[in-house]
Amino acid sequence: MIRIEPRPAPSRAFAIGIPVLSALMALGFAAIPLLAAGANPITAYGEMVRGVFGSVFAVSEMLTRATPLIFTGLAAALAFRAKLWNIGAEGQLYLGAMAAVAVGAGAFDLPGLLLVPLIIVMGAAAGAAGMVAPTYLKTRFGADEVVTTLLLNFIILIFLQMMLEGPLQDPMGLGWPQSAPVLDQGMLPPLMDRMRVHSGLILALVLAAVAQVMLARSVWGFRLRAVGENAAAARHAGIRVNRSLFGVAAISGGLAGLAGVSEVAGLKGYLTADLSPGFGYTGIVVAMLAGLSPLGVVVAALFIASVFVGADSMSRAMGVSSFLADLVVSVSLLCVLVGGFIARYRILWSRKPEVAS
Amino acid sequence: MMDLLNILLSDSFWAAALRIATPLIFGVLGALICERSGVLNLGIEGIFVVGAMTGWMAVWLGAGLWGGVLIAALSGALFGLLHAVLTVPLGLSQHVSGLGITMFATSVSYYTYRTALPNVSSPPRIEPFQPLDLPVLSDLPFLGPVLFQQTALTWLALALVALVWYVLNRTALGVAIRAVGDNPNAIEAQGLSVYALRMGAIVAGSALMALGGAFLTMSAFDAFFFGMVNGRGWVCIALVIFASWRPGKALLGALLFGAFDALQVRLQTEMGALVPGQVFLMVPYILSIIALVVAARSAEYPRALLTPWFKGQR
Repeated sequence: MIRIEPRPAPSRAFAIGIPVLSALMALGFAAIPLLAAGANPITAYGEMVRGVFGSVFAVSEMLTRATPLIFTGLAAALAFRAKLWNIGAEGQLYLGAMAAVAVGAGAFDLPGLLLVPLIIVMGAAAGAAGMVAPTYLKTRFGADEVVTTLLLNFIILIFLQMMLEGPLQDPMGLGWPQSAPVLDQGMLPPLMDRMRVHSGLILALVLAAVAQVMLARSVWGFRLRAVGENAAAARHAGIRVNRSLFGVAAISGGLAGLAGVSEVAGLKGYLTADLSPGFGYTGIVVAMLAGLSPLGVVVAALFIASVFVGADSMSRAMGVSSFLADLVVSVSLLCVLVGGFIARYRILWSRKPEVAS
Repeated sequence: MMDLLNILLSDSFWAAALRIATPLIFGVLGALICERSGVLNLGIEGIFVVGAMTGWMAVWLGAGLWGGVLIAALSGALFGLLHAVLTVPLGLSQHVSGLGITMFATSVSYYTYRTALPNVSSPPRIEPFQPLDLPVLSDLPFLGPVLFQQTALTWLALALVALVWYVLNRTALGVAIRAVGDNPNAIEAQGLSVYALRMGAIVAGSALMALGGAFLTMSAFDAFFFGMVNGRGWVCIALVIFASWRPGKALLGALLFGAFDALQVRLQTEMGALVPGQVFLMVPYILSIIALVVAARSAEYPRALLTPWFKGQR
């Protein structure tokens, strides 16, 4: 007879140990697809480590890749804390990116000190609008936000293509579906000479720290957690649940929008329809690996970025498909889910079924 | 206006509507079975990809068309089993597990495809299911092209609507599946296994979802492409709510969706000069959201949907 019962108090060791173990297990499981592709896993892991930590350039690439993941990871973590299922970060990212080029690519020829904040604010606002709308459909009509945000991702991507072939298209771009470049003074400055890592990373880290403090220490954070743990009880306690939901929706969407801003104005300089290789969806994995903690998001984003950059480099060296990275990322999500179960419950084997109390 | 009427009266339009609806019929039925037992299966999008890839690859490796269908269904069932283990006995978040299954199933499919065919720019084609050619029936005016020149998989989908309706409404198994989604404690009181019923429903539903994917590579097209599922799974999740978890209404919802999609393609060719083509491409997704908003208020969700149940805990 197997019985499942909650652990008295999940310990701190579990909270940190489980995600770390899950990540390592996911990497370990990758040996199977590597063997299936006829590659030596030991050599492959070696290539991956070299691809991430082998040079200053490699580390810079990893940090560059982690930057949008911190934004989208925070977007998912905060929304999920309130049990608001924002699966639309991918679309919100593109809304932010579109706003960034709409104001930053020549519409306003302002000095950098004004233009950079304008781009950031408009990008965040566009992303926020992209999550507030489905939250309205949820609170007003009861339309499940999981489905609406997922479908919005597709709508926004089509809208993006329309914009890139229309109003946002670069007139000097020879007909390619891409935007005009963001003005030089509107770009987020790079952090190192001749490296791609840029100050979007600093913004992401600052916001993660702010989110951590706000969530743990502020009234706002307390309300958010109360709504997430038990909305009915929160309402009973006088918390305006819908107001909390709209607040976190705007913040979550805004953070996802900033991922788009940072990719456009920090890295690429202009907008194309393949700006994001699924950063919005990967942000969900980052948030879950982080146990929905903002500081954990930073660590998880660094890990996931390492997997992607390492797998890319391994793929080039050994000819193994770089879809391996997506495989590791998805398996780490499933592992951390199971790990969360082990942290919260213990499984007891007893001979006789006990009488349920 | 005349143009619109001409489109709506043409047999090719309704034939296209049914063809577009077919993968959605499989998908909505699959999602409906899972949700009726009380478990949301957001793995659907990835399970579509798995069905599309494995079915196509099995045929390409020489399994025969029906062999491919079987392989697709079994692969879907396998990923369904994983979702079932995570969400039923372990009682983990159905949202997160489902999204994880979608990511896992998609990346396994893409990785397998890339590993099997490392250097191809255009995927190898298979000989897909051919339109039926029945004596007399296929030659009927209107009904012939609309119904009897579809492929066998469309007929399988229609037959499954009837089968799922029959099982859910006329058999003891169906009563048990509906009850376990409404009130699992009552099922346990009857001495039935909540776990077995829910897990069985998820596995069966996932097999159906994979058939929706298989239709794409084995009937609608003749090869596997990245991104070919393109949100069809998510559309199905919206359509289940629109259909209030009833197989008949699910068929209606899928057909309406197919009709609107077929219409937007035709309007796009007619009015392409006036409006950017993308406006029409958005229509199916926008319609799904509208359908959801309209249906959500009056939707009677299975009462235990999303609520995990543990043995010996009330």
